[in-house]
Amino acid sequence: MTAPLAAAEPLVRWDWVRDHTDDITAALWEHLHLTAVSVAVGFAISLVLALVAVRWRWTYEPLAGVCSVLYAIPSLALFGVLVAIPFFGLGFRTSLVALVSYTLLILLRNIVAGLDGVPPAAREAADAMGYERWRRLLQVDLPLAVPAIVAGLRIATVTTVGLVTVTALVGMGGFGDLINDGLSRDFPTPIVVGTVLSVALAVALDVLFVGLEWLITPWARARGAAAGGSGRAEVAT
Amino acid sequence: MRDRQASAPADVAVPVGAPPPVAEIGAEPGPPADAGGQVALRLDRLTKVYPGASRPAVDGLDLTVPRGELVALVGPSGCGKTTTLKMINRLVEPTSGTVWLDGVDVRSLPVHELRRGIGYVIQQAGLFPHRKVRDNIATVPRLLGWPRRRIDDRVHELAELLDLDPDLLDRYPAALSGGQQQRVGVARALAADPPVLLMDEPYSAVDPIVRARLQDELMALQRRVHKTIVLVTHDIDEAIKLADRIAVLNVGGVLEQVGPPEDLLREPATDFVADFLGEDRGIKRLSLLRVGSAALRRGPVVGTAASADEARQVMAREGTDWVVVCAGDRLRGWVGADELDRVATVADAEPRRFAAVVRADTTLRSALDVIVTSRSRVAVVVDDPHAGAAGASPDARYLGILTLDDLAEGVTG
Repeated sequence: MTAPLAAAEPLVRWDWVRDHTDDITAALWEHLHLTAVSVAVGFAISLVLALVAVRWRWTYEPLAGVCSVLYAIPSLALFGVLVAIPFFGLGFRTSLVALVSYTLLILLRNIVAGLDGVPPAAREAADAMGYERWRRLLQVDLPLAVPAIVAGLRIATVTTVGLVTVTALVGMGGFGDLINDGLSRDFPTPIVVGTVLSVALAVALDVLFVGLEWLITPWARARGAAAGGSGRAEVAT
Repeated sequence: MRDRQASAPADVAVPVGAPPPVAEIGAEPGPPADAGGQVALRLDRLTKVYPGASRPAVDGLDLTVPRGELVALVGPSGCGKTTTLKMINRLVEPTSGTVWLDGVDVRSLPVHELRRGIGYVIQQAGLFPHRKVRDNIATVPRLLGWPRRRIDDRVHELAELLDLDPDLLDRYPAALSGGQQQRVGVARALAADPPVLLMDEPYSAVDPIVRARLQDELMALQRRVHKTIVLVTHDIDEAIKLADRIAVLNVGGVLEQVGPPEDLLREPATDFVADFLGEDRGIKRLSLLRVGSAALRRGPVVGTAASADEARQVMAREGTDWVVVCAGDRLRGWVGADELDRVATVADAEPRRFAAVVRADTTLRSALDVIVTSRSRVAVVVDDPHAGAAGASPDARYLGILTLDDLAEGVTG
């Protein structure tokens, strides 16, 4: 723990905020960039894993098991190991690997749950109409899994926004840099600014996904408000 | 992919509309002699044993379905009726035996092409929830790569054929009632005009009133499109109502009897079939027969000018206490014995309207209902397009009367 903050210091010094808008903006972009790339890469990997798990069912538990282990590794320990490997070192790659590995479990479980949640009658009808396997996947299964997949993306994104601050330890913090800076100098303003903006970013991205889902699943609204809008599959966290 | 598929000609046409070419099947046993003829579908020693099952789900089933006929597969759960249906479009692959579709072994076609040429309707419709009704209907034409214009035209044609409001086309399935969804399901199955339609318990998820209407619609539709239909149902009444022939399967996929509903009801081949048809199979037969086909009796009829004495003589002869009054062949009503005392002719007694009338196209089962609920235990048969709940209309033509004895005659005779 760092030393208690000086009592006389105000929580936010607005003049510091004014003087550091460039730094704050840069931190926002870095935070956003790291979050977006991590979730995107995590989603791409999870999608492939989920398709493997659905196609060859016996692989699901082992795959989910590996993802659970990755999810359970303390971030500090992971950073410690990765930093020591020359290819990764301090910076973007180490941060990315850590952040991606935390999204896998959530995304894998949600994508699989979404694909499992496709109504069997719709799937049987698609087969009987003469869909090839890949075409059914793209045109029937995945579209119907969208609500569950988006639910997973929301959790993964919010989690990642929070975790990015920790990657300040390996020099890639976004808002985490501000927090780190404040902690090391007993100076509350950057801590408060970094924390508040980090939370705001998480909320904003979450709202963005809700809007995105609303846009791409007009069919889910057809069943009316009573059904809750989307047959959301279970969320694993 | 199976070797057999690889050796099939690459350009084997989907059997839509025109009879397809006979596929090359090399050393395989040849297709049935009437390939491309009157037989649309033939199941040949069809057997399915699911992995790990101790007994077959379907056991050596032979069944021939003539073109344009509706065959119902019925039986208790576990009789393999759905498995049989699914072996036709290869949703289930048979353990042994062959399905011949228009003289072509279904395994000689690539599975996707085969299925695009066979309509499929399932319980609860199985519509794609994420697609608008019009896109659901357009499913198979799109898979077949039809031009957009032709697909649009076809969708509207089908909406009309199935009496779907054009407004529904741009809705999602969740916004439709169960009956509407089922109609869309049928439209989707018919979209590419396949010669064969498979229906798996299509009406089991809708309420009885809607079910009866959908069944009537299917019969009307079938009179227009003449598809070869295989219908799976556990509802024997549905099978009797819709099917040209019924195949009764026992547990383990054993065919007990196949034949027209009338034959099954009159002469069930086994105790199992008799049990499955139910204790009321005599009554059920009545629903297959029309009043017009029964031997109608002339009954106690007099003309409007008949005197009271003449009317009394007719009553005495027929053993009734009432007479039917007709002007020529037009039904005027009835007059009771106690009304004849004060009049010269029956017309003066002001004949009253019959409440219990049936038309020639009424089923004997409905006629039975009319007879047992009428005071005189008689149904008056009329040719009357305007007959309603209030009874016969003034221009009804009198055809005769029907009694319980006549009905019994119809069932046993």
